Amino acid sequence: MLHIPCPYCGPRDETEFHYGSEAHVAYPEDSANLTDEEWAKFVFIRSNPKGWMAERWVHSAGCRRWFNVWRNTINHEFGPSYKPFTQQPKSPA
Amino acid sequence: MSTVTFTFDGKQYSGEKGESLASALLRNGVLHFTDSSYKDRPRGVMGLWVEETNALVNVDSGAGEPLKPATTIEIVEGLVVRSAQGVGDLPDTRDNSRYDKANRHVDVLVVGAGTSGLEAAKKFSDLGKSVIVIDDKPTAGGHLVYLGQPVPADLLSVLDRENVTYLPRTTVQGLYDQGYSVATERRTDHLDVNVHTEMSRIRTWHIRAEHTVLATGAFQRHLVFANNDRPGIMLSHAAATYVSNGANPFKTAVVVTVDNQGYRDAIRLHKAGVHVAAVVDIRKKVSKSSKKSSRKAVEKLGIRLIKGATVIDTQANLDGLLSSVTIVDAKSDLQETIKTDLLAVSGGWTPIVHLATFIGIKPTWSVKRAAFIVKHKDSLTSTTGMLAGDFGDDDEAAIFFGPKLSTEQALVAFVDYQRDATYRDFKRAIDAGMRSIEHVKRYTAIGTAHDQGKTSGTVTMGLIGQAIGKAPDEIGSLTFRPPYISIPFAALAGRDRGLLSDPERTTPIHSWHRASGAPMEDVGQWKRPWYFPMPGESMHAAVLRECAAVREGVGVMDASTLGKIDIQGKDAGQFLDLIYTNMFSTLKVGMSRYGLMCGIDGMVFDDGVTTRISENHWLMTTTTGGAAKVLDWLEEWLQTEWPHLEVYCTSVTEQISTVAIVGPKSRELMKRLAPSLDVSNEAFAFMENKHADVAGVPARIARISFSGELAYEINVPAIYGLHIWESVMAKGADLNITPYGTESMHVLRAEKGFVIVGQETDGTQTPDDLDMNWIVSKKKDDFIGKRSFSRADTARDGRHQLVGILADDGSYVIPEGAYIVAGADEKTAPPVKHIGYITSSYDSAALGRSFALALVANGLARKGEKIAIPMADRVVTGVITDSVFVDKENTRRDG
Ligand SMILES: [Zn+2]
Repeated sequence: MLHIPCPYCGPRDETEFHYGSEAHVAYPEDSANLTDEEWAKFVFIRSNPKGWMAERWVHSAGCRRWFNVWRNTINHEFGPSYKPFTQQPKSPA
Repeated sequence: MSTVTFTFDGKQYSGEKGESLASALLRNGVLHFTDSSYKDRPRGVMGLWVEETNALVNVDSGAGEPLKPATTIEIVEGLVVRSAQGVGDLPDTRDNSRYDKANRHVDVLVVGAGTSGLEAAKKFSDLGKSVIVIDDKPTAGGHLVYLGQPVPADLLSVLDRENVTYLPRTTVQGLYDQGYSVATERRTDHLDVNVHTEMSRIRTWHIRAEHTVLATGAFQRHLVFANNDRPGIMLSHAAATYVSNGANPFKTAVVVTVDNQGYRDAIRLHKAGVHVAAVVDIRKKVSKSSKKSSRKAVEKLGIRLIKGATVIDTQANLDGLLSSVTIVDAKSDLQETIKTDLLAVSGGWTPIVHLATFIGIKPTWSVKRAAFIVKHKDSLTSTTGMLAGDFGDDDEAAIFFGPKLSTEQALVAFVDYQRDATYRDFKRAIDAGMRSIEHVKRYTAIGTAHDQGKTSGTVTMGLIGQAIGKAPDEIGSLTFRPPYISIPFAALAGRDRGLLSDPERTTPIHSWHRASGAPMEDVGQWKRPWYFPMPGESMHAAVLRECAAVREGVGVMDASTLGKIDIQGKDAGQFLDLIYTNMFSTLKVGMSRYGLMCGIDGMVFDDGVTTRISENHWLMTTTTGGAAKVLDWLEEWLQTEWPHLEVYCTSVTEQISTVAIVGPKSRELMKRLAPSLDVSNEAFAFMENKHADVAGVPARIARISFSGELAYEINVPAIYGLHIWESVMAKGADLNITPYGTESMHVLRAEKGFVIVGQETDGTQTPDDLDMNWIVSKKKDDFIGKRSFSRADTARDGRHQLVGILADDGSYVIPEGAYIVAGADEKTAPPVKHIGYITSSYDSAALGRSFALALVANGLARKGEKIAIPMADRVVTGVITDSVFVDKENTRRDG
């Protein structure tokens, strides 16, 4: 069970959270003008890196707030977490 | 030591309190424990602890437990066990024991209270860290306890320190990410079975440690030779330990070894009074220090030493017990037979790498020790002791797993005792091309018994290496999975059993439903009345009656479980326009609108009616099962995409009770319930909301219909729900008011072609697919899902679309999920391509026949086409129709 650092509540067990996939994939403002390929990239394609990745979680059974956090996809180590729309901390890599 | 009496296979024995069942039976001269699972071969105890593969028992006394190694059971007065021939079974009596759970955060978790573990605990305790020491045995000290040697007092006393918690008889079952582990503590099994205790029998610990020290030690392993499974053949460390403790049914011993452990155990056997006929060492030469410490010591006691040889076969007496062993010289192949009733096997040590592999740490192969070890240290986890390759001496073990065998010998040379898997089975896997341990395991079942290959794993890897000329670590690595030993499900459940196993949600009207005798349907965690049968009435008859009452008179339904989300803020209208496919910002105050939401992929995700309570105040309803998911969805967009929108959402599902009165006579009933309310169509139109006192309670009444009939949904604060329901029943008595449940609700909505998200949809349907193009706004610039509607795949021809299906035989209700094929030709030879499937199917009172909804490829353009539904016993033929069966013109909703 992961131990996830909520920037509002502190570290809590994984069962309190829901996963929200890769962070910083913004909803396109002009979706109507995107090609099918560009739109499909937003809907379906994520970078899925091996190593450090910034991703979103929501503290569903806690403060109910969304946040971003660095996580190493190889060993599940967590780096710094940060609130949405704030400066992204550097990758721990 | 006090003496206790226990029963094994119906016979009474006595033993020393606290010793293991295996030890006590050996003390009583019981060598033949049981017969093997598949081949009925006599088997005796092999090991000392959880590595035991032969001596399994079913415990009948106390709580009862199946398939427990006799080596791990501490005997108590009144213990009753039966030998288990590979098959576990439980007593019929109910287990009334308590089980509980505990959580603990700690600086350091030390797994294993042997010397290495205790040293680690001392080190961290000295640094002021909080420490938990967990060990699965009754006493701390590890091998020292087996050797009968005292544990150094300065180490033992660490366990009494203030910052140290010691849990004996506790097994770390799993180690997971970030220092999380789960352990089970056996708290009462070692107490007399007749002692009633309020203590929980097993406590499951959930531990989060900043650092975990693995000091799990090692097991000894066996060698693979012919007839290596007879009672009287044991691991040398186990044999020497039992015998030294006085559990000694043996007169003579032969020790076969690949390392110096065999010598140490030979000396212990000798000291305990067993005549050691020979020590057979596969190694011709050993290091100088080994020579001094082992070979000289053995020869000094007059024990015969046979170098460069091993055991290849054994013989048994008439009772099936070991009587002699055949040894073979590795070089000359010369054989010799030695009479003995004990063969002590030292096949090398196998460090317990399980917990390390659970978190992805790969063991490495130590050539010197002929063992997989784990030398690891990072901020979260470190290893020490035998696991880390520190065996406390400079012994060099031979990399040897068994001699070359003839075909006949291979048939009775066991690799995995519990599975009766032989070297012959193993060889077949190799000859079939298997090389990976995972493949060999699946081909032979080696390592899949209750012990999950604790001893056979390394042996198998070694044999693969021996067979194909590679080192064991070149074959791959062992993968183990939690739990480390079997756990009763009751221990994992703890107190969360019965009513506490899952929360039950009930509406304020639940007591009435229960009293009426309505069977309940589970909808998520909700308990909803399914139907309300009259005495002796079948479900089918009840549902037809309920549906007819709604279409012809008046019915009442408890709709309180619908998800309700209160949405407030000046930008709420704009927000709802983005969430729903249709327009909401233009909705007038006091009006409701049905809405559909899609994911960004354009697929329908939830639906419901949303009401504008006031300018900046909305009430959204969701499907009963989708409420939490939808609230999460709203929050996700508000928090991560549109934080500039001033909108606030909160769940009010439990705060509001909703009673729906439905049917042509509902207007009359509504008038009686709220005399102050003008219920005429002109004053109170479809989709309008009115506030009025209903049966003395301030209520919001909505003209919403999920059946197509005239209907009023009465919404009141939850505590008045039952009062409203009872008032409806009283005031409607002479109108033959008919309560109906979820089944009739489903039939009524299906007759109108109303979809249920999750029944007519599976996450791959667009609004168009559901024939609901009317609900997709053409005016809005954007909403979630819009762009995906024009994707090539979403707009393509041939998508599954919602249609109706009528079977030619109207008395037949097609099973939901049934596949549909094109054409009515029932003689079509398989394979036949299906064109869709049935999503809802019922018998209808209004239609006087059965009907169904279905998703069919290009279905909307195929209305009128014949179809067939191949069932196991018949082929059902029918026709594709429109999805609306009742009141296509929507004339009934106004009464
Ligand atoms: Zn939080």
